[in-house]
Amino acid sequence: MKVAYWPGCVSRGFTPELHGAMAAVAPLLDIELIELDRGACCGAGVIAEHNQELADTLNARTFALAQQTDGELMMNICSTCQGAQSECQERLDANAEYREHVNATLAGGGLRYEKGVVNKNFLWVLVEEIGLEQLRSLVKRPLANLRVGPFYGCYIVRPASRVGIDHEHPRDKYLGQVIEALGGTVIDYAGSHKCCGFPIITMNKTASLMQAGRHIGDAIDADADCLVTPCPLCHLNLDLQQPLAAGVVGRELGLPVLHLPQLVGLALGLTPKQLGMGRHIVKPRAVIDWSQSVVAGAAA
Amino acid sequence: MAEFKLRLRRYDPESGEPPYWDKHTVELDPHRSVLDGILEAKDSQDGTIGIRCSCRQGICGSCGVRINGKPGLACNTHLDEALARGDGQEIVVEPMGNMPVIKDLIVDMDAVHWRKIQSVTPWLLPREPVPEREYLVAREAMVDVTQSMACIQCGACVSDCLAMEVDPLFTGPAALAKAYRFVGDPRDSEHYERLRYVAEDPHGMYTCTHCFKCVDACPKDVNPMGQIMRLRRIAGTDFEIEDRNNGFRHEHAFVKNIHRNGLLHEADLLPDSYGGKFDPRALPELLSSIPIVIKGVLRGKITPTKALLHPHKASKDVRAIFERIEGEPARYELNLYVTGTDDPPLQGAGDADSGAATEGAKR
Repeated sequence: MKVAYWPGCVSRGFTPELHGAMAAVAPLLDIELIELDRGACCGAGVIAEHNQELADTLNARTFALAQQTDGELMMNICSTCQGAQSECQERLDANAEYREHVNATLAGGGLRYEKGVVNKNFLWVLVEEIGLEQLRSLVKRPLANLRVGPFYGCYIVRPASRVGIDHEHPRDKYLGQVIEALGGTVIDYAGSHKCCGFPIITMNKTASLMQAGRHIGDAIDADADCLVTPCPLCHLNLDLQQPLAAGVVGRELGLPVLHLPQLVGLALGLTPKQLGMGRHIVKPRAVIDWSQSVVAGAAA
Repeated sequence: MAEFKLRLRRYDPESGEPPYWDKHTVELDPHRSVLDGILEAKDSQDGTIGIRCSCRQGICGSCGVRINGKPGLACNTHLDEALARGDGQEIVVEPMGNMPVIKDLIVDMDAVHWRKIQSVTPWLLPREPVPEREYLVAREAMVDVTQSMACIQCGACVSDCLAMEVDPLFTGPAALAKAYRFVGDPRDSEHYERLRYVAEDPHGMYTCTHCFKCVDACPKDVNPMGQIMRLRRIAGTDFEIEDRNNGFRHEHAFVKNIHRNGLLHEADLLPDSYGGKFDPRALPELLSSIPIVIKGVLRGKITPTKALLHPHKASKDVRAIFERIEGEPARYELNLYVTGTDDPPLQGAGDADSGAATEGAKR
């Protein structure tokens, strides 16, 4: 399938391994990425906090760029982009007069947003478009014995009505379903749907790092080998800041945190190196014994 | 009539015994409320069950509890709906979170919720001179605060607040929504002081983490997080309150960063959020980040080129959007709670199974 691909900012900034991993995994899933390289930042909620119309217009512009492609839908790889863009889309799609007002601004750049863009995070695409059965059939190296804690990121699970969670689309359970389809074991722990703390890292650093540290600690206590997240901003607080978070919660941590495309890539036969895992602050290699878990599964 | 299994969390701090689970089976119509179920168990099986309630119709806000993990009013949650929310076997009822338990399902609202509400001066401080008769205000101005006025003080948002979980001193969603109720009221004379108070407090409005928990928790659609964002917008843009918590600086650094670069340039955002690379406030932060930056550089996560140069610039049309909207005399804000949806959603928008996805991004 062909998708208008929105990588977001952080996957091309401080988590470059995410963008790389997505590019490596896409062909294995038969996804053709048409990158929206002219798109601007979704605002991560901060621009909307400053000026709602500004955030709505910037995202309407990205949606309009997606609508210019021949992609079946728009795909993002960031929970925060998903939530921030869904919020803007909710307003844009609800009110024709407002949409026209925003489109008048976009006209300056020769663009126009038509109501109803379909914008899905890679996680949703995996389950709803590719399907868990198909995903299972593509697995070359089941993640046998790998105990994975899902970490969603707030923006992709709340508010439930805005992000389309209902009985037919239990999107707040998709990470667990994907981990199982890849042959891994899902770890149930307290922090899976909680906040990583990143949005307040410059405003209340202690509270922010305590959130990250507690969730990592809870996952360790539940015997997780690693966490997996569809959100690069969560990754910044959970991985990049993990040494500082350990100091705040006063215990040793050292839990690797994988990006979702990395976990999928591992099961689909790519090597940790191809997926940029050496770029993490908490090295996955130091904790996960690949020869015993993932690779042993392949031999079995 | 149907049979419902209730599992209640029981605890009496004065007994010296630890909390325990208590099971009761009640027979009621499925459309009856969880509160009806609990009261039935209390009436016919165990009179010692502690639950606070009054109006039984979603108005008084007394019966806030957690039902199968989610906060809400026991009186406006139907038994069948509650059952579907969980594992389909039993309805688990617990006291609300972030507040101490007095007994069983009753929490101490005074110790947490009401104390926080009091901290934001929850009454009108009217403009002088006080008119002899009623204040005359524009209709839109009052419509704007109706959403925050819909709060019934049940504490469901406080129960689930993730920032309060790590910072118990955080003012919290209910009290901050209450603060907006007066900041948005044109009759009030102390907008600046109210904003300065919640901005300068190290546990004030800038401790909200945008987690949307309160939005989902609220049984009255008050959208407390939305009210907090409006407080920040007015404090940061209209009153330009430069707080000590970096809230103002972070917001403005972020907006400028995107205006300049189109995409976020993280290496600038951190120092700029503390006032700039050469600001004395930034120094301790930058120093404490050095070990992480070194690790990031060693792992190839952060490259010196990427950190020091600006690999991308905002395109002309993105800059034009910023300049046009920031230059407008008044902000255009759409609150769907007030305006409603005049344009119904396309059938199946965002729904893969409806075939809408085949039109997808093109539509």
